Amino acid sequence: MTLKTAFETLAYVPAMESDATAQAWLDAHDRKFGLFINGEMVGQGNETLAIHCPADNQHLADVASATAADVDNAYQAARAAFTGWSQLSDHKRAQYLYAIARSVQKHDRLFAVLEALDNGKSIREARDIDVPLVARHFYHHAGWAQLMGQTMAGYQPLGVVGQVIPWNFPLLMLAWKIAPALAMGNTVVIKPAPATPLTALLFAEICQSVGLPKGVVNILPGGDEAGKAITAHAGFDKIAFTGSTEVGKIIRRATAGRDIKLSLELGGKSPFIVFASADQDAAIEGLVDAIWFNQGEVCCAGSRLLVQESIAPEFFRKLKARMDKLRLGHPLDKTIDMGAVVDQAQYKQIEAWVQLGISGGADCYQANCVVPTEGAYYPPTLLTNVDQASPVVTEEIFGPVLVGMTFRMKSEAIALANNTRYGLAASIWSENINQALEVATKIRAGAVWINSTNQFDAAAGFGGYYESGFGREGGKEGLYEYVRSAAETRLDLSTLPERDANWGAHTPAFPIPANGATTGVDRTSKMYIGGKQARPDGHYSYAVLDPKNALVGYASDGNRKDIRNAVAAAHAAKGWADRTPHNRAQILYYIAENLAIRQAEFVDRLRAQTGATRKAAEQEVELSISRLFSYAAWADKFGGTVQETPLYGLVVGLTEPVGVIGITCPADAPLLGFISLVAPAIARGNTVIAIPSQSAPLSATDLYQILETSDLPAGVINIVTGNQDHLTKTLVEHDDVDAMWYFGDALGSREVEYRSADNMKRTWVSNGKQIDWLNSTAAEGALFLRAATQVKNIWTPMGD
Amino acid sequence: MTSTHIRNDGTPLDLAWVKATKINKSAVTRHIKTLAGRRTAKKNAQIAWQLKAISLIDLTTLDGHDTDDRVRRLCAKAKQPLRKDILAGLGMDDLELTVGAVCVYHNRVKAAVAALAGTDIPVAVVSTGFPTGQVPVAPQLKAINQVVEHGAREIDIVISREYVHTGNWQAIYDQIKAYRDACGPAHLKTILETGELGSLANVYKASIVAMMAGSDFIKTSTGKTKVNATLPVGYVMCRAIRDYERRTDFQVGFKPAGGIRTSKDALSWMSLLKQELGDEWLEPELFRFGASSLLGDLEKQLSHHATGRYASGRYMPSS
Repeated sequence: MTLKTAFETLAYVPAMESDATAQAWLDAHDRKFGLFINGEMVGQGNETLAIHCPADNQHLADVASATAADVDNAYQAARAAFTGWSQLSDHKRAQYLYAIARSVQKHDRLFAVLEALDNGKSIREARDIDVPLVARHFYHHAGWAQLMGQTMAGYQPLGVVGQVIPWNFPLLMLAWKIAPALAMGNTVVIKPAPATPLTALLFAEICQSVGLPKGVVNILPGGDEAGKAITAHAGFDKIAFTGSTEVGKIIRRATAGRDIKLSLELGGKSPFIVFASADQDAAIEGLVDAIWFNQGEVCCAGSRLLVQESIAPEFFRKLKARMDKLRLGHPLDKTIDMGAVVDQAQYKQIEAWVQLGISGGADCYQANCVVPTEGAYYPPTLLTNVDQASPVVTEEIFGPVLVGMTFRMKSEAIALANNTRYGLAASIWSENINQALEVATKIRAGAVWINSTNQFDAAAGFGGYYESGFGREGGKEGLYEYVRSAAETRLDLSTLPERDANWGAHTPAFPIPANGATTGVDRTSKMYIGGKQARPDGHYSYAVLDPKNALVGYASDGNRKDIRNAVAAAHAAKGWADRTPHNRAQILYYIAENLAIRQAEFVDRLRAQTGATRKAAEQEVELSISRLFSYAAWADKFGGTVQETPLYGLVVGLTEPVGVIGITCPADAPLLGFISLVAPAIARGNTVIAIPSQSAPLSATDLYQILETSDLPAGVINIVTGNQDHLTKTLVEHDDVDAMWYFGDALGSREVEYRSADNMKRTWVSNGKQIDWLNSTAAEGALFLRAATQVKNIWTPMGD
Repeated sequence: MTSTHIRNDGTPLDLAWVKATKINKSAVTRHIKTLAGRRTAKKNAQIAWQLKAISLIDLTTLDGHDTDDRVRRLCAKAKQPLRKDILAGLGMDDLELTVGAVCVYHNRVKAAVAALAGTDIPVAVVSTGFPTGQVPVAPQLKAINQVVEHGAREIDIVISREYVHTGNWQAIYDQIKAYRDACGPAHLKTILETGELGSLANVYKASIVAMMAGSDFIKTSTGKTKVNATLPVGYVMCRAIRDYERRTDFQVGFKPAGGIRTSKDALSWMSLLKQELGDEWLEPELFRFGASSLLGDLEKQLSHHATGRYASGRYMPSS
């Protein structure tokens, strides 16, 4: 453009960030890269991934694609490195992480330019958001490494971690995975996405330059083969994955029963709620950062706009006007808002979604802005006239496509926001703080941003509810994904049972001879559902025998309809979570009080069922009362933390109840095992369906009268007796159960984890390993409370 | 001002609109922070914007020690703000470049008008008890009448901030309307003194009331307080101008003043106006910088573009 024209039009001209150093770096490697295993670049003979810039299709490099054999080599290197790395002092590990943070900063522009070229994102975002967050993540976790001995006493590193990351934030996701793993003393094998491995390879050179011990970090660019090899490899102590919900489910199934830690950060369709009380123009700028950030290729993108009906026409008019001002262009151009989507395949997928929306009756508005004709540029798009049944509303599009709907009142906004299988994030716009905070607590998602959006920081854990996955990345909550209790050892995988398609099959029982049991007034043990004692749906009962096979009594033989009824009752009781913590504590204390009154009766019942000595039975009942006291105490002492992020405002990490929890109780300690699991769950506001010990269910059913006299609301605890695996099968396959705790055998543990994948319910299984319920260090406390809760971070900026 | 521009006639005071104001400061701050990364004028665009910025300057002297001779020097600079050899070096010899206006106190108006005779450069005058506004209204009306007779074409008034803090929007409206009537053909530029208004919501409210009362321009500050023109405040005023145009079809001008010293500052403001209001607001009819030292930096930057050498102020004619 001539100066005269520029003066007359005052138009922007492309202002390109120089890629000279990035190109020189690629050239210095002959544009060929291998795999980073055991501190060396290897795999030069492998098949290669051709890496292109999606904005102009320029060929950037060829990168070796990892094979299953490479994954095993990397695993062996990481395993060999683990002993030394995990035995380094906290301070020494902190020094390495600090050096990595410093090195990322020293070369931050090179990282940013490479990322923009490789992924297509704008240099502004790569430079101002991605790379600073990467450095911040390593700094923050250098701190956790330094403090591990002080803040994580009683925990040990897991071992070797396998990690698989996506292409939308290639370097940032690498940082989110590697930093906490290394801080807690683990070693890693990480697979960058096949389309975007370049910054990971530059990061490998950072690892070399800071002298990180060989094998601590292994980086394997690759595709499906390498990804499957990581999830199939029995050696990994943990798998961490960020990507689609579909693949997350596959990984959940593939790793079922292996007694590994699993964290999955999956998809989303996050609501962006604008109340009439909002600053509308601010909300519209928020939308720019919500759905047109990173071309909309963001798992927590605010892709589902909900606008209060009274302001909707004006809001949509303003939004369209704002869309027209967006600028698309080459990722390295410093005058743009949006770059290119990652590749042509993604472009076609986005276009297919939009066409599907239009064919379903949606009105489509695409920004009236200049869209470059070459390269994978998709215009900012708004679909209106859509509803909750439209696939474009329910499914993740992963592109710059916003769907817009209206709501009438707050309760409807909350209901629409929660009407999704996902639960990753939400953005709420209102100038009324009471309104905003209330909605923030009611929306089921891991991150809630008030009057802001897409806020991230190393000090605040990120992760989802429901099919958005589980586990947190960042914050202290994220550290627990990379440690286990000091006393815990992993299951011996040579004993891992094969899956059984018939698992949980059960034929109802029939009466048996009393075999010498004493008779008095006959007692009938029923189900306890919705606060009422209910006869089993199938009208069958099974005999409860003592260790000498003498009949103790009959328990109801429950079936799937009993479970269905119990789950419905548990949902009807969800107001329990809104009770004050003090009130929940009072009721737990009251249960303990009433149990104490009837201590002798419970001792006798335990002895009758298990043949325990009087002393042992008395100890179990006393510990049960003590444990109820513990969780009554915890009811108002585990609410969350203030997260120390850079936000000018408050970031509060709330520990919210998981929801409806199914609990399959251990066979031993029929009373104490039941109480050890049910009490933490209800203390933190969950409602439960408990399946008592199959062999000794009567200690649980005896509790009905105590629960009824302790002011426990109907449906908070539901008890279904019968064949544990049969009942567990229905619970774990129930879409309306949010978590499943299973303290049965290794096969059942595997089946529970496998079958939980359909709705991505949280699972906590024993893998057949026994907890010593009499040992309060192992059988009570934070481990149980964390299982009963999930962290929601609410970001509240301040200032007016 | 060109005759094609339609002046803002004002509207009745709409208190419901004032009361509905919602400005979220944290969101505004975040938005403004990203703007510099999203837009930048480089290469020829940068030169063009710097040249344009000169034409948007209200070249200002507002000192107790101002004299008529000092004002004449300023006017000479206003007429030829950039050395001809620099323009030639940029290949823009035929560009008739002047500043947007010369801005002085009442007592200097005659000297300024005389010095600018034969040019289109208007004389602007700061008025109504500038900078505090702590004066009675009636004498100010007479003073405005007088300077307009003396040839002032733009009157920069200050609002009484007390009415903002007491919520008396009617009084502000009446006051500005009275000044506007006193201006006659001269254009009214209303200084809100945003650094003294306490909140962005008050900035927005004062902006729309000033426009409803018939201001031709709304202006951030006097340059005489600790906090002057900031981009978040400017953005909120742009939103008010945008909303006012949407409701009335009148386009109202914007003048940030105070603290704008570098070419980079100026270009950030131009980016803001281009983004929030559109290209029409990059012309002197709708956009001015209130600045005294900005011109010096623009001269040096443009000299650098023309010669490739970093420049010294010693080589630029002072005002």
